[in-house]
Amino acid sequence: MHVGFDMVLVNHIQASVAAFGERFLRKIYTPQELDYCGHGAALKLERLASRFAAKEAVIKALRLAEAGVRWSDIEVVKLRDGACAIACHGRVAEVVRDLGVQEISVSMSHEADYAGACVVVQCA
Amino acid sequence: MSMDMQAKIRAALKQHGRMSLDALTLATTADLYEAGMTSHASVNVMLALEEAFEVEFPDHLLKRSVFASIEAISQALQEIGVGKAGA
Repeated sequence: MHVGFDMVLVNHIQASVAAFGERFLRKIYTPQELDYCGHGAALKLERLASRFAAKEAVIKALRLAEAGVRWSDIEVVKLRDGACAIACHGRVAEVVRDLGVQEISVSMSHEADYAGACVVVQCA
Repeated sequence: MSMDMQAKIRAALKQHGRMSLDALTLATTADLYEAGMTSHASVNVMLALEEAFEVEFPDHLLKRSVFASIEAISQALQEIGVGKAGA
């Protein structure tokens, strides 16, 4: 079992969006995540921030810092019951297969200025 | 590493690195994470470098170590053609 945790300031994500706009959003998030987080004036920064924290938590839990992976290959998926799950794509999916990962669980939260996420990885 | 490349890297770090130390005077081998750069800040630095040098970092260079020092960033930029004649 491996655990990863990450926390970010929501206004730091806001600053990234202000500085780099679509380039930041498309580098980090999948189209489905961006749909869920809204667009333009309806953009929900706390959702972007908690998802960024979740991706970093996955990177920590799976030891991907030196693997050369895209952030968008780690996707936070909203389930029908309101819970969230992690979907892996591309190189991240390959690593997950190679490691014999059975389950990746994620818990995210945000409050005022902060957003955080904890990820637990269960291996065979 | 050319002085122009180093100056652009330092400018990107100064503006986006969120470090406690001055990026303009930091040693080229100094550990940027030790200086306070977070993983999120390193994303901003990467995007600023892509703008400054008109390049895109390929997936295999999206590693923590690539952004760990000015020297490491310089090596990665040279690997993707920055600073080469005709590039």
